[in-house]
Amino acid sequence: MQTPNVKVMDKNAVLLRCEHISKSFYDNRVLDDINFELREGEILGLVGENGAGKSTLMKILFGMSVIAQTGGYEGTVYVGDKPVKFDSPFEALEEGIGMVHQEFSLIPGFTATENILLNREVTHHNFLVEAFGERLSTLNMPEMIERGDKALNTLGVAISPQMLIAEMPIGHKQFTEIAREVDRQNTKIIILDEPTAVLTETEADVLLSSLKKLAEKGIGIIFISHRLQEILEVADRIIVLRDGNLVKEVDAAHADVIKIAEWMVGRKMDASAFADKDVNTNPEVLLEVKNLWVDMPGETVRDVSFEVHRGEILGIGGLAGQGKIGIPNGIMGLFPAGGIVKFRDEVVPLNNPRQVLNLGMAFVSEDRRGVGLLLEETLDWNISFTAVQVKEWYVKKYLGGLIKWRDDAAIRQLTSEYIKTFDIKCLGGHQLAQELSGGNQQKVCLAKAFALKPELLFVSEPTRGIDVGAKKLVLDTIRNSNRERGMTIVMTSSELEELRSVCDRIMIVDEGRVAGILPATAPSTEFGLLMLGTGETDRREGEIHNGKVKTK
Amino acid sequence: MSWIQSFVKQAGLPRVIIGLFLLSLFVAAPFVGVSVTSSINDVLVRFGMNAVMVLAMVPMVQSGCGLNFGLPLGIIAGLLGATLSLELGVVGILGFFVAVGISIPFSIVFGYFYGQLLNRVKGDEMVIATYVGFSSVAFMNILWLVLPYRNPTMVWGFSGEGLRTTISVEGYWLSALNDFLSFQLGTHIKVPTGMFLFFAFLCFLIWAFFHTKTGTAMTAVGSNPEFARASGVNVDRSRTQSVILSTVLGGIGILVYEQSFGFIQLYNGPFYMAFPAVASILLGGASVHKATLLNVIIGTILFQGIVTMTPSVINSMIQTDMSEVIRIIATNGMILYALTRKSVVKS
Repeated sequence: MQTPNVKVMDKNAVLLRCEHISKSFYDNRVLDDINFELREGEILGLVGENGAGKSTLMKILFGMSVIAQTGGYEGTVYVGDKPVKFDSPFEALEEGIGMVHQEFSLIPGFTATENILLNREVTHHNFLVEAFGERLSTLNMPEMIERGDKALNTLGVAISPQMLIAEMPIGHKQFTEIAREVDRQNTKIIILDEPTAVLTETEADVLLSSLKKLAEKGIGIIFISHRLQEILEVADRIIVLRDGNLVKEVDAAHADVIKIAEWMVGRKMDASAFADKDVNTNPEVLLEVKNLWVDMPGETVRDVSFEVHRGEILGIGGLAGQGKIGIPNGIMGLFPAGGIVKFRDEVVPLNNPRQVLNLGMAFVSEDRRGVGLLLEETLDWNISFTAVQVKEWYVKKYLGGLIKWRDDAAIRQLTSEYIKTFDIKCLGGHQLAQELSGGNQQKVCLAKAFALKPELLFVSEPTRGIDVGAKKLVLDTIRNSNRERGMTIVMTSSELEELRSVCDRIMIVDEGRVAGILPATAPSTEFGLLMLGTGETDRREGEIHNGKVKTK
Repeated sequence: MSWIQSFVKQAGLPRVIIGLFLLSLFVAAPFVGVSVTSSINDVLVRFGMNAVMVLAMVPMVQSGCGLNFGLPLGIIAGLLGATLSLELGVVGILGFFVAVGISIPFSIVFGYFYGQLLNRVKGDEMVIATYVGFSSVAFMNILWLVLPYRNPTMVWGFSGEGLRTTISVEGYWLSALNDFLSFQLGTHIKVPTGMFLFFAFLCFLIWAFFHTKTGTAMTAVGSNPEFARASGVNVDRSRTQSVILSTVLGGIGILVYEQSFGFIQLYNGPFYMAFPAVASILLGGASVHKATLLNVIIGTILFQGIVTMTPSVINSMIQTDMSEVIRIIATNGMILYALTRKSVVKS
């Protein structure tokens, strides 16, 4: 692929300049002193892990209200030479900044043209306008279709401007959305947030070439993608964000996939986490998963096969939305799933949470407030509920088991035990779960699962949204329960370093399939490559490499 | 002052205001020539008559099915029990319990289908329930006419078939519960001990039920259905159980009401029965997804107090009959108030 001549572009005017942009959500600093500029006709690739701050940066540039609501930002954004501070996306649009979102903001029942020209329709004048104003002018459809067609043609795709959005394949929707930004007369800058995530390879290629066409016309483009190959192919310059810092700004010509992956994940390692790590070597298979699919919105699992050995901690990693969260949810029966799951050589019935719990598995959900807790009930209830229901522990039976009376005294004792062992900060078992902090709520969720004394425990995103101290405690608890009590654990997390510090093996999931399984001691760049879909050839061969990675 | 604030916060401002208003009515009563003692007697009796129907709200609220606006369905089961026991001609307290016994199977069947329906309309239970109530009343209007009842005290005098709109239970089980162990306090107050004991017994059963494994699951389903499902609870079954329980209590509730009131009201009688019960429990501090027995008791006392006292006292003051207007304002105003605030109202 030829790349536009970087030297020529350099002479062009600066369209957008960010100086010292910083942003905190409450006490959490998500962006720290970001500086970059975008020139006319330039494509700027923006890469970073989940949570690196990409989306926040884009929200600032597009004036999303969430930024102002959480206390604004520091630093200055210049459009051309003019300092701007947008309070709403409308102001950003006025300054010529267009944004194509990850989620489509299109009206399904309207045609492509109608969506492209929404609120900018070409209209006919008529007598009613004289009396009642602009709102009653009629649409000039032929001209609108012409304009819609022109905008779509600019992108180099053949989409009928009269096609309904609802009838379009997903790729066409994406193009329509971009065409809307193109049609805007004053658009100088287009921000694309992972536009290719939903596209097939051919569609993505078309999109990339249309982006180049747009750039040739002098439009500046900020392109966010997890597919590094694309970034390298289309971008003139690349900036890498990591933990809210701009760690690298480089000409695309001087970068390659491996280097970018290194910049993205290569943070300072916590040396202590790897100390005295005895790797589990028990080859006994406790859980066997074959061709599992899970229909979980936003986390679709397509075809996953893997084995969990008795006594190990298996990590499941991968980028958000690739399906790693779907795996435990599917096995536990919370979302529609299919395939074969065997636990101790016994086939696990899917889509039936009760049976799975009965077999001796337990689950700590990633959705703490939605699934994990009874917010309006006491800690006693939260911790004991599942054990009471599934195991009928802490239940007194009368009349030959006809009456199953909740044994509040035993429950209280159980709760106070877990409050002590997990160091849950609370006033006691009678306190309501909603009154606890996030970290302590997470410990309650763990306690609930532990109270079942499971043989196999699924833990999803155990440290999401909790502070550093609590994080360590939660991870220690997970590791201790594995090493000391012999509980087998499957832990899902978006944070690779966290997985590497706790797990024996780590499985990376990409696009709903297993990209590969590596020992936790493998270098982080190898995980990075798997996450970014460069392990694709492995997958096509249909092999899963337990403990080994095969790179192209 | 702080203890006043904490009391108001504990009890909830609406209850404090209504309570004070009720108190002021009692204070004002003697000055406009209304007897306080007979008023107290009225409130006691009306409390006993309505309390079980308010109690019928609790299971469905606890399981997250919302307020039981479909109470008329349970009431219909109760009416079937009442009319059939009269048809059988059982008298006295036994007659009352025969009526209860007959109503329960009907309630279970009705409640089961009602529960299946509500499971299909999660999130809109209360609207659907209201119309379940309304349409079941309309449907029964036909059946009351065509069912082959023969007891001459119940059927229309001319044709000899079709049930009358109002049937007296005198001679069968009038005051069967009220008179049990009842005693006189002064000249005007006659305490309906049996009715209170029966209500207390039902309260105990409900309290006990919510301490069992099944009852615990029901509360959790109401609190967070996703949590309950992830813990292996069959959410739909738990909800259906709660609807059945509420319907059974509704059926028993109307029988308690009738034995004290003295009449079985058929046809459109049950039409608006749900609203006072809903208003009572909300007044007692329940929210649409949390209700306690205390909410039931406090709410019924306050609501029945208001609807007993306002008409007599205010009518005497302004010399016009305002009773029905005030009752409607109090009932619907309370429902409106409670439904517009979704947050948990503490009891």
